[in-house]
Amino acid sequence: MRMTRQNISIAVGTLFFLTLPVIATMAGEPYLVTLFSRILIYALAAVSLDLMLGFGGLVSLGHAAFFGIGAYVVCILSMHAVDGTSVLSWPVVINGSERALVAWPAAVVLAALAAAVIGSLSLRTSGMHFIMITLAFAQMLYYFFVSLEAYGGDDGISLFMRNTVPGVDLAADHQFYYVCLAALGLFLCFACRLVDSRFGMVIRGCRENERRMKSMGFATFRYRLVCFIIAGAGAGLAGALIANQTEYVSPGLMHWTRSGEILVMVLLGGMGTLFGPVVGAAALLLVEEFLSIYTEHWMVYLGPFLVLVVLFAKRGIYGVIIGGNGNHG
Amino acid sequence: MLLFLEQLLNGLQLGITLFLMSAGLTLVFGIMQVINLAHGSFYMIGAYVAATVTARSGSFLLGLLAALPAAALVGMLVEMLVLRRLYKKDHLDQVLATFGLIMFFNELTRMVWGRQPLFMDVPAWLAGSVELIPGVPYPSYRLAVIAVGILVGVLLYLLFAHTRVGMQIRAGASNREMAGALGVNIRLLYTLVFGLGTLLAGLAGVMAGPILAVEAGMGESILILTFVVIVIGGIGSIRGALVGALLVGMADTLGRAFLPALFRIFLSAAVADGVAASLASMLVYILMALVLVWRPRGLIPAHG
Amino acid sequence: MMKRSVLVAMMLALVAAGPCQAMEAVKIGMITTLSTKAGYLGEETRDGFQLAIDMEDGRLGGIPVELLVDDDGRKPEKAKQIADRFIKRDGVKILTGIVFSNVAIAVVPKVVRQDMIYVSTNAGPSLLAGKGCHANYFNVAYQNDNPDEVVGKYVSDAGFKNVYLLAPNYPAGKDHLGGFKRYYTGTLAGEVYTKLGQSDYAAEIAALRAAAPDAVYFFLPGGMGINFLKQYTQAELNRTIPVFGPAFSFDERLLQAVKDTAIGVKNGSQWTHDLDFPANHLFVDAFRKAHGRTPTLYASQGYEAARLLGSALKKVNGKVDDLAALRSAIRSADFDSIRGKFAFSANQHPIQNLYIREVVKTEDGTYTNKTLKAVFTDHSNVYVDECKMK
Repeated sequence: MRMTRQNISIAVGTLFFLTLPVIATMAGEPYLVTLFSRILIYALAAVSLDLMLGFGGLVSLGHAAFFGIGAYVVCILSMHAVDGTSVLSWPVVINGSERALVAWPAAVVLAALAAAVIGSLSLRTSGMHFIMITLAFAQMLYYFFVSLEAYGGDDGISLFMRNTVPGVDLAADHQFYYVCLAALGLFLCFACRLVDSRFGMVIRGCRENERRMKSMGFATFRYRLVCFIIAGAGAGLAGALIANQTEYVSPGLMHWTRSGEILVMVLLGGMGTLFGPVVGAAALLLVEEFLSIYTEHWMVYLGPFLVLVVLFAKRGIYGVIIGGNGNHG
Repeated sequence: MLLFLEQLLNGLQLGITLFLMSAGLTLVFGIMQVINLAHGSFYMIGAYVAATVTARSGSFLLGLLAALPAAALVGMLVEMLVLRRLYKKDHLDQVLATFGLIMFFNELTRMVWGRQPLFMDVPAWLAGSVELIPGVPYPSYRLAVIAVGILVGVLLYLLFAHTRVGMQIRAGASNREMAGALGVNIRLLYTLVFGLGTLLAGLAGVMAGPILAVEAGMGESILILTFVVIVIGGIGSIRGALVGALLVGMADTLGRAFLPALFRIFLSAAVADGVAASLASMLVYILMALVLVWRPRGLIPAHG
Repeated sequence: MMKRSVLVAMMLALVAAGPCQAMEAVKIGMITTLSTKAGYLGEETRDGFQLAIDMEDGRLGGIPVELLVDDDGRKPEKAKQIADRFIKRDGVKILTGIVFSNVAIAVVPKVVRQDMIYVSTNAGPSLLAGKGCHANYFNVAYQNDNPDEVVGKYVSDAGFKNVYLLAPNYPAGKDHLGGFKRYYTGTLAGEVYTKLGQSDYAAEIAALRAAAPDAVYFFLPGGMGINFLKQYTQAELNRTIPVFGPAFSFDERLLQAVKDTAIGVKNGSQWTHDLDFPANHLFVDAFRKAHGRTPTLYASQGYEAARLLGSALKKVNGKVDDLAALRSAIRSADFDSIRGKFAFSANQHPIQNLYIREVVKTEDGTYTNKTLKAVFTDHSNVYVDECKMK
């Protein structure tokens, strides 16, 4: 029964997202397509955070750093491609590119690399200290980009045009929407398989009792680091997408409040459920979008709403939808 | 040389202000194991109430006397309505709930007081400056902030080391059930401790009011620094908070003051200024990362 | 080129003027900042704009209009989302209201390429004035450097020879100081860049005192300016070293938060409530009556944007679908500006007078600005030549 309810929810959700552009167009609300593209992108970032938060027990308040890095990689490559200059001329020549097949993997790889560095230092700590050290690294990057004049500093960089993919027109809102949906779908499939794999078992074991996992002979540090890197890479992909969606990037994308928002999306939806963060991202962004139309003091309602979710919806909104516990305890 | 002494004093003053803020936060965390992101909101409430009452009455002391109970009362109310239900929950739930509280308090302030910043000035009897270092006048008000910070530190020490309530608090912190069994009213005690924590935040807000812009959202600017302080010092330790606050205050001030000159030695002026300014912005975070890599539980961990 | 579009516009106007039909309200989308610490800037902009509409009973230039307002929370991508909603759902053709330059840079180029008209009420980044200029983009307020250029000129004329500069370490900070330096002829006692959003300036003030300049010029918008001014006064430096700045740290709402601290500070602006033009008196009186406070320059900019659009709507008789006609109607700037003479330069930024004003305390205990003199007359901006408008 429990499984059925969850499966029905996922099926309904998938169907909804697949048909949204059609529904939106029929309802005469085409702008919903771009709104939901943004929701899908934030959902991807939130799911990647959930991977390490909900399963690895690693609470990061600096996840937006990887999101921002992904976005910056896309915009910087594109900027150099438009100017006809190279990003690096020494020791190897790296030229700019507007091609998604170049820029997006680059965004993912660089976000993963940054995650490897930050993770290997941060994972020496735990608990509250881990929260704060991830925040510290993200703030460092924020201030670095604020003062990085070559790439716009606080003004950010505009993307001259969205990346190009053979056979797909990313500038067309509907096609871009489905690209985002595909990215989220693929990452979700990957994440689901990952948490049920041996690797996922070890990661979850570390969350419950690291000492025991260690004594069983697992190199827990390495497992956690890989988890941190995968999460960073996912956020990097989301960053590459948001750069294309907004056609703009600025350091604000890495500010700690942005990390906080992604964290809130995960918690609001229900952490450790993978699908929950999608619901959380949708809920937070929709509430923000529509509450602000009706009242300029929308935060005075959103704040207590979050408190009520904590107090009464134990496993987030997704937990309420599927009832009882999710399958990933 | 005189300039260096003056900058040391500036660093001390910033450190003491941060200590006022961190003491309350680390107290609440050390005793109740609650992460309170909304700590900055009580700082803001303190500043707003003090600014309003001072403006109406013309007396800074009245403003102070109104702001402290206001911050403490709102704090206890929040504890009873929200946080009390979160003690047994995950830290994450506390993060989410208190994040919500930040939004609520910021927007409420905007609704009640309007969107523009409020005015608050140094009281007449603390205006002017003192020549502590010959030839370098130092604002009297900043000296007063240092004095208040030291006073709070001493009072907290006395409270914990030498009073019955302090003993009960320590007992409640180390073993909640045991203390409860021994007849300590843990519920009331927690509410009082939380009130004390927010009162300290309110005090920090009042003291900052005459120096800084009193505006909605002012709490978040200092909140992150406060967290940096208590993490460097070791969460839950008031002594650690003091050490962390002084370190952060010094690093931030000295970095801003002397990094540009340092970089000008081997870089062109324009480049040096840019690099120094961005490095100075990142300095406290670099400090925190270094401390945590070196000692993952902070400089003076609270429990074992 | 200009002539042809006017001709086309006239022909289209003749065709369109034929059948007279019941008019639907023209929708204007305002994306502005109402939350965050800077929320009052958006509030002023909106109130100024709305006032112009209210003064005509829901019309601008006799054409019924509907103003849609939404809060961007100072986030570029949120602003872009709002623009998208305004355009696609509400059928808006005219957008306005963005306060911050970085939000404008993210939103404006995309919306003007979609054949929308954007009228800036505040942000005037150099990018949009120079290389990135566009026929559909108008700035009714100023180019970002203007309020600094006027102070640079004034400070030099007043005989200050060794000035200390202070701004946050981000591109806008450097742009504003660059604007000052363009007309300043003396030497620099120091040029310091601080952390964005910094609250404690004790270290900078100590270094400043040691450098012993004969004046200080700072660009620290919002709360940063309040913090600096308060601490500067507490260090008693204001008695010996005068402070100058652009108008942003001295608007009438901020002044009530710094009070005596700012008295006597001279700052640069394109508008003040005491400018002696009939249109200005009308605006200031109406604003005071409606809101019980003196309008700030942000309110004046919102009001001017509305009046400019009103004049254009009147010319095209509310037909916003004819982009070329609407554009040339706006470009002619045929409205009674509260700044007196007003025209658009080739890059569609204002050609206007720039003033030096002084902060004073009024008899009723509030604090405000008093215009001292016009330092520049019919001043444009340096980015005109970079703008190759198609």
